Order: sequence, then C-alpha cells, then structure tokens
Amino acid sequence: MSTEILDGLAAIVNEVAGVPVADVQPDKAFIDDLDIDSLSMVEVVMAAEDKWDVKIPDSEVKNLRTVGDAVAFIEKATA
Amino acid sequence: MSYAGGIVVTGIGATTPVGGDAASTWNAVIAGHSGIATLPYAWADDLPVRFGGVLAVDPGDVLDRVEARRLDRSQQSALIASREAWADAGAPTVEPERMGTVVGTGIGGVITLLDAYDVLKERGPSRISPHTVPMLMPNGPAAVVGLEHHAAAGVHSPVSACASGAEALAWAARMIRDDRADVVMAGGTEAPLHALTIAGFASMRALSPRNDDPAAASRPYDLARDGFVMGEGAGMLVLEREDHARARGARIYARYLGAGMTADAHHIAQPDPTGAGAARAMAAAVVEAGVNASEVIHVNAHATSTPQGDIAEAAAIRAALGLETNAWVSGTKSMTGHMLGAAGSVEAMFTVLALHHRIAPPTINLDNLDPQIELNVVAGKAMPLPDGDLVALNNSFGFGGHDVAIAFGSYA
Repeated sequence: MSTEILDGLAAIVNEVAGVPVADVQPDKAFIDDLDIDSLSMVEVVMAAEDKWDVKIPDSEVKNLRTVGDAVAFIEKATA
Repeated sequence: MSYAGGIVVTGIGATTPVGGDAASTWNAVIAGHSGIATLPYAWADDLPVRFGGVLAVDPGDVLDRVEARRLDRSQQSALIASREAWADAGAPTVEPERMGTVVGTGIGGVITLLDAYDVLKERGPSRISPHTVPMLMPNGPAAVVGLEHHAAAGVHSPVSACASGAEALAWAARMIRDDRADVVMAGGTEAPLHALTIAGFASMRALSPRNDDPAAASRPYDLARDGFVMGEGAGMLVLEREDHARARGARIYARYLGAGMTADAHHIAQPDPTGAGAARAMAAAVVEAGVNASEVIHVNAHATSTPQGDIAEAAAIRAALGLETNAWVSGTKSMTGHMLGAAGSVEAMFTVLALHHRIAPPTINLDNLDPQIELNVVAGKAMPLPDGDLVALNNSFGFGGHDVAIAFGSYA
C-alpha cells in the first residue's frame, strides 16, 4: 500500500474534518471510526480528485468504507 | 397555554467592529470610539465606497479551524456571540424541549453564495462544496446556534432586513409568552462586506461616500450626514422566564417589557416621511410594557445617518412619546456602523446595558445638530441615567418598511 497516498489522504481528512493525521489508518472506517459525515466525505472525495487528478464516481464512493479502500482505489486509478 | 410572568435578560454576547465581545464593545461605545475604517481588502479598491465596519476580532482567530471552514462568516459571528451569551448567563441547565433559538439575518450567507458562484463559473459544478447550501441559507445562523444550545423547543429566523435582529428578540419573547420555552437564545447576525452588496447599497445612494474620512462618515442627526456605513457583527441575548432565572440565582441585567412590530406600507426602501409606522411600533411596545410613554427615559434609535431616515424617526419618537419627551436618544451606529440584521440585537444589548449601568452611550460625529431633529440627543459623551425604575426603547427599521421597537426596564 502506498504510504504516499495514505499520507496525502490523512492530510486531506485532517484538513476537512480535523481528525489527527495519526488516526487516519488503513483499517479505519470513514464514518464509523473517524466520524466523517456524508458532507465531509464529499469534501474528502473532491480534495482527493483534485490532488491525484482522478475521478471518483458517486457509485464508487459507497464502496470506500475504510481509508484502505480509498488508498487502493486511488492507487489503481493513478497506476 | 400562556405565561404571564416576567421575562428577563440573563446573558449577553457580541462581536462587532468595536470589540470582539460584549464587554469590549460596550466599553468602546461608552468611550465614543469609532470602529469604521478603510476596508483592508483589495476587492474594495474599485468601489465607490471603500470603507466600513470590519469585525475588531476575526472569527477565524476565535473558532476552531475545522468548525470555521463549515460556517459562513455570519454563522461564525452568531456562534461566537451565542457562546459568550450562554457562558455569561451561567450556562443554565434547560431541557432541550424548553430551550429555543431565534436568530435573524438581513441577507444570510451572501459571501458564501457569491464565492461559490465564482467557483461554479471558474471550475464547474463538480467543485461546489457540499457545505455551500447550509452555509448560505438565511436560517443557517439560527440552525447553527440552535444546534450549539440543543434548542429543541424551536428554531426560528426572522428576515426583515435591518429589523431582523430586533424582530428575533420579539419572537423569542413570544416563545416564552406562549409557554413553548423557558430560555431562548436570540439575536441577529450579518456578514455583508462584499463588493456586490456594497455596490448594491451604493447604487441606491444609501451609503455615505466619505472615503477620505471613514471614522466621521456615520454621523446620525448631523447636518452633514450623507448615508449609512455598512458593518458586520452579531449580538445575542439570553431571554428567560423570570421565575426560572430567579430559581437558579441568575444575574439579571434588565427586564424585557414588550415589543411593537408594524409596517410602513409605503415604499420598498424609502421610510415613510411621517414616521407613522415607526410611531405605532413604539406605541405598541409601550402598551405591551404596561408603562406610560412619558416614562421612557432613553431611546437607542435606529439612526442610520441617512438624510431622510433620521428625520422620519425623530418625528416618530415625538409622535409616540410626546412632543415634550425627555428621553435621551443615542445613535450608536455613529460608532459601530450599520450591522444590518445584527444591528437590532447589538443595539438591544446596548439598551439593556444602559439600564443596567445607568448610562446612555454617546452619538459621535454630531458637530451640527440638524434643526429638524427635535430630540434630546446624547451628543459626544455618554450621559448618566438616574436611579429608580427606568424604561428604555430600542428602535430598528428595515428596507421593506419593517418597524420594530422593543421596551426594556431596569431590574432593581
């Protein structure tokens, strides 16, 4: 798993929702563990799209339950 | 069901161009300090009016970063003022179902709206923040404050231009009178400083164009007044049932005695020159207060510093309180500028503090009293008020012809 993408995502989650960077780990669920609400999740997705120049369709967002899911999606999309 | 007992003010909070909280705001106003200056923004450089009343303390320096980024500036100010008012009231224990919130605004999240429109044009619809709608909706400040204080009795947001903040207090008292709430957080907020709003008000010729001397531009009742000065801010009051406040040993600033709410039915933006609607609002407030008009010792006037508005209000005060009225009239917008939807609540706070500290704030920049203003104006320096039971009025009027007057009484 790319630590570069994980670190970038942690910075975004911190910026958007104030979650400490160290708490943003691959096994953590955005909603259940990190207390990201649906609006903030949209912000995370928008910021990730900007940062890695990828498209994350709404149909995919519901599959990104954990931070690890998101890292894997971005890895694949930028490969 | 209804409640016929007393209603009292037990907490105050504010953030304004003259101070970041209620105490610093009050001290600045009593000292006659102006909060008006050249706008420190590059976007203002090409405007016909390039000055205003910017918050003395930026909300971004007070709120948590993540909290601030999800709130429009008007919501940030409202939240800051409401937290101060709540702490000032002693953070009472209230069942959510008995806690209410009423927060008015003139324009709502206009900066959010216009900034988002810039994003839409430049970057497209996919880049619009999911927080855009909650940040721009005019009930947003009331909702944010209501969430903060778990106000489940009801959250309301009157929108009546520059009378919004005062109207909020009247509806808050109504919630208590209707026995829907024991405690209500009420006030107004506005964050209108944007090129478009300034251009719009300037196009109406409503703003003073005194770019070369901003601190002297807001000059209610002065012969050389030439328009109002736009400012931003928020003011919040905690209104509470008197029995509830006494039972918990709360410090009480003043009594809320009554309100009058009328309309000019005259013109969308011009005040009725006879002041008839404003006079009816003041008379109604005095009637609900159960006092005689001659007992009113102090009026915090709307007094925006426009040529026609100040004269119409002066006529209304004399019509409502009597030609021989001895009331001391203060025009505090001379110092704060006109905070639009926040003006009524910040000035209600001034009225409450005038009764509590027994001193009426000054009207600054009053060099030559307009002879058409036949009132006892508190000019230049603050004026002590006497001992004993005192009654004071706060006037607020808004584009659209809204007239609101609130009566407060001293609390011995």
